[in-house]
Amino acid sequence: MKFGVVVFPGSNCDHDAWYAVRENLGEEAEFIWHDSRRLGAVDAVILPGGFAYGDYLRCGAIAKFSPVMEAVKRFAADGGLVLGICNGFQILVEAGLLPGALVRNAGLKFVCREVLLRTETAESPFTGAAAAGQVLRIPVAHGEGCYVADERTLDELEAEGRVVFRYIDNPNGSVRDIAGVLNAARNVIGMMPHPERASDPLMGSTDGLLIFRSMVSALAHA
Amino acid sequence: MKARVYVSLKSTVLDPQGQTIRAALNSHGYRDISDVRQGKYFEIALDPATTREKAHQDIDTIARDVLTNPVIEEFRIEFLD
Repeated sequence: MKFGVVVFPGSNCDHDAWYAVRENLGEEAEFIWHDSRRLGAVDAVILPGGFAYGDYLRCGAIAKFSPVMEAVKRFAADGGLVLGICNGFQILVEAGLLPGALVRNAGLKFVCREVLLRTETAESPFTGAAAAGQVLRIPVAHGEGCYVADERTLDELEAEGRVVFRYIDNPNGSVRDIAGVLNAARNVIGMMPHPERASDPLMGSTDGLLIFRSMVSALAHA
Repeated sequence: MKARVYVSLKSTVLDPQGQTIRAALNSHGYRDISDVRQGKYFEIALDPATTREKAHQDIDTIARDVLTNPVIEEFRIEFLD
């Protein structure tokens, strides 16, 4: 399997994602520059963490106009797997590929620490290797990770089992403790925690690998 | 021609920065300040040849599609000749 890792000016977890896929997962990975209009022959796309375009205007607001995002939208519309991590999640909500928005943490502080996540559904290509209810230890690192959406959207997300991860101890004020959501077709996920930072044994937890492994298994059975 | 666009968080969205500023003002002795909401302000210059109608249309679209995220923000536009 080949993972494409999109690189925006200001991405800073692109190499971590690349490393996790190559070294920890043992699959192929290649970088895709933000002004590329094509993704190339990739099986899945990762929008990595960082501060694309310096987070100017709003997090993800400028990145959504990148040429590569048109290609990402087409890829997602065709059923391709898209994983948005942290800033990647912010870009996906700005681009309208996922509902809701991410705003300044309730406590105003940049939070950088390990958190515990409850896997709310195993029925997704990103959590197929997990058990529903399984608790994962994965770090967060963000200043604007407070997930918000209107009540109707939240009810819809819950009813359709699209809240994929919830914080056990909410670090940022996200409504209903939401840490990650799926789109309606379940092939696009956005999450604030960083699975690529919990993939190498050296980092203290390899729970993040479960997400990448789920993707590989979903692609193998597609 | 110039346009001024004021962007603010919807009243339903928590504004922790505004709250922190309000608390700081209160503790500074300004006890009458009951609420502060923080927003953004854009000053946009248009080519003098732009028609009024086109300017209004373009700035409205720009405010809607680029300057704000409709999920969390709202805006107000002012034009100066």
